[in-house]
Amino acid sequence: MTDHPHEHGTDEVPHTHPDPGVDPHTPLSGGPRALRIGIGGPVGSGKTALVAALCRSLGDELRLAVVTNDIYTTEDADFLLRNGVLPAERIRAVETGCCPHTAIRDDISANLDAVEDLEDALGPLDLVLVESGGDNLTATFSKGLIDRQIFVVDVAGGDKVPRKGGPGVTAADLLVINKTDLAPLVGADLTVMDRDARARRGDLPTAFLSLVEDRAATPVADWIRALVKDRAATPA
Amino acid sequence: MSLATLLVLADGRLPAGGHAHSGGFEAAVSAGRVRDLAGLDGFLRGRLHTSGVVAAAFTAAACAAGLEAGSPQPPDPRALLHPTDLHAGSPQPTAPRPIDPRPTAPRPADPWDVFRRRIAELDDGMDARTPSPALRRASRAQGRALLRAGRAMWPVPAAGREPHHPVALGVVAAAAGLDPLAAATAAAHGTVTGPASAAVRLLGLDPYTVQGLIAALAPECDRIAAASAGTANDPVDELPADGAPLLDIGAEHHASWEVRLFAS
Amino acid sequence: MRAAARIVAEADRSGVTRLAVLRGESPLLLRRTGPRDTTSATVHLVGGAAGPLRGDDLLLEIEVGPGAHLEIRSVAATLLLPGRPAPPSLLTVRATVAGSLRWLPEPAIAAAGCDHHASTAVEVADGGSLLWRDDLVCGRHDEPSGSVRSDVTIRYAGRTLYRHRLTVGPDAPGWSGAAVLGNARATGSAVLAGPGLPVPHLPAEGAAVMALAGPGVLATATGADIREVQAALDPFCAAMPAPV
Repeated sequence: MTDHPHEHGTDEVPHTHPDPGVDPHTPLSGGPRALRIGIGGPVGSGKTALVAALCRSLGDELRLAVVTNDIYTTEDADFLLRNGVLPAERIRAVETGCCPHTAIRDDISANLDAVEDLEDALGPLDLVLVESGGDNLTATFSKGLIDRQIFVVDVAGGDKVPRKGGPGVTAADLLVINKTDLAPLVGADLTVMDRDARARRGDLPTAFLSLVEDRAATPVADWIRALVKDRAATPA
Repeated sequence: MSLATLLVLADGRLPAGGHAHSGGFEAAVSAGRVRDLAGLDGFLRGRLHTSGVVAAAFTAAACAAGLEAGSPQPPDPRALLHPTDLHAGSPQPTAPRPIDPRPTAPRPADPWDVFRRRIAELDDGMDARTPSPALRRASRAQGRALLRAGRAMWPVPAAGREPHHPVALGVVAAAAGLDPLAAATAAAHGTVTGPASAAVRLLGLDPYTVQGLIAALAPECDRIAAASAGTANDPVDELPADGAPLLDIGAEHHASWEVRLFAS
Repeated sequence: MRAAARIVAEADRSGVTRLAVLRGESPLLLRRTGPRDTTSATVHLVGGAAGPLRGDDLLLEIEVGPGAHLEIRSVAATLLLPGRPAPPSLLTVRATVAGSLRWLPEPAIAAAGCDHHASTAVEVADGGSLLWRDDLVCGRHDEPSGSVRSDVTIRYAGRTLYRHRLTVGPDAPGWSGAAVLGNARATGSAVLAGPGLPVPHLPAEGAAVMALAGPGVLATATGADIREVQAALDPFCAAMPAPV
């Protein structure tokens, strides 16, 4: 793993993990199992594209696997396969019985089994990304399933999305505002989104992202790198 | 026996993976075999009197085996070891046993060894009654998920990594201090609530009328559970084996789909 | 009516299958058919009277020795009839197989009002092979089905491979619901056990060929009529020819 790079970023694009002083979650402990990061957000916000970008950025430096919860069993996994970012054996799809939020929040058993099966099949892993099925602004991951969660919204959903709040926007460990390249086309004001996100989220970080301009999803990848590094330094 | 404990185990919100399984209903809808409430009624009735009867009987039998071995007392630490293969034999103590030259009387059978043997037989019995590989996978996935949930609540003895769901349900029920009748009631009830809930999601049926169907089947669940309690100690080959051809066929077709909403 | 029949097939030193015992009584009458002095023998159930009536108790015992190959067929469908008020008609078939047995009778037809229990127990030794086919038509044309309960236990090498009960008719709640037979009025199954099993596949919308947990494969089919079932199962059975 590389050291945490500090050369990139602007003021509105945080590149460090959250300050432990304001982190509402228990500290990450080290240990044999992988760091689990949930990636949620509304339909079409770019979750799968972000996962693909993270696989491209991190796949060579971290032992990683993906669990996908799309309501359609194979579509998300196929997207990752088609894009050649991860071999098939590193991807598991979980069926959610028309209830994507149930599978990541209320009854996480199928996802836990998928994570365990990946670790059993592949040996020790550094990172498992758990991608939720597209849902709405109220979906969040259970802490029984993941260690940290990223919530992805996009500017095309309207610049009022951060102001609306909801548990995903307010409590996610990292809020990603995606498709910033589209902002001028859809009339979304990024400064409004940034201001509203800060108002909703306090000190929790928000990252602005355009996968068209940054195929490596650098701010998000860096945020994950820092978590993995911190966790490796923490005794189990 | 605690009725409230039975409610905990039979709660539809128990995080044991059930929400992602339609009990064959998604396949039946897709094949055009069910379109409406009457179709759901026939589906539930048939499922209850085939899979439900088998599940209840095997749940009761596994529960009886657990109680016989000592559940709900915390199991012998050896019984908590977690052999991934039920047929691998009992885990051996690691400390070498001192050699004793005196002749020894035959040791009474370790009750947890007896338990493991019976559980393995019941698991094989479920295999023999579940010709569809897709349904065996679904049953084992739900068994594994139920053990996970059960271990968080009660001292559940080792029962393999992925036992069939009725076997897991019986073992967990015994660990919860429930008797075979209660365990079988939960099993029978669960075979109708799963697909009924899927029907509400898949067909948009009125949830009140669907709940009415479930309530109407409750007396039949009770009768099936009572019969199951009566056969809890029977040899496995003699336990009920009621099958449903379309559940098997539908499950195999469902597993071949490119996209599906439910795991089974 | 009580009746018993027994077939014992044995291979002689030259590999020819001989029928050491072939004994039946009405309505379980047996006839050896096909060529003699070959590695396999064929026996037809010819049916001495009308099919089983309530109160009948029929027993067929089959034994296939090591190296012997036996095929059992029937000359016509078995019509299960109501008869007088009486206990259910019973048909018990017990088979032990060290060589190979192919059980390929014509369908049973459950006439309205019949009450029939069929009970099958087959014990196949390790290395033996079995093809066990059972077809059922629920009612004659445009008539409701009678009651039929069919219980099958197939054991292979000392372990239970397949255990199945199918119950149809007025005493079977939900049997015509979408979980069990739905609108189908015919169903059939063929269990194949032993070495050289076919690959599972999906021959038709209402049919599946599936791998059992043990060394066996089940082909099962449902259809609006028996022709649909035969269309799905006959090729499966034909693909497993008797040795000659």
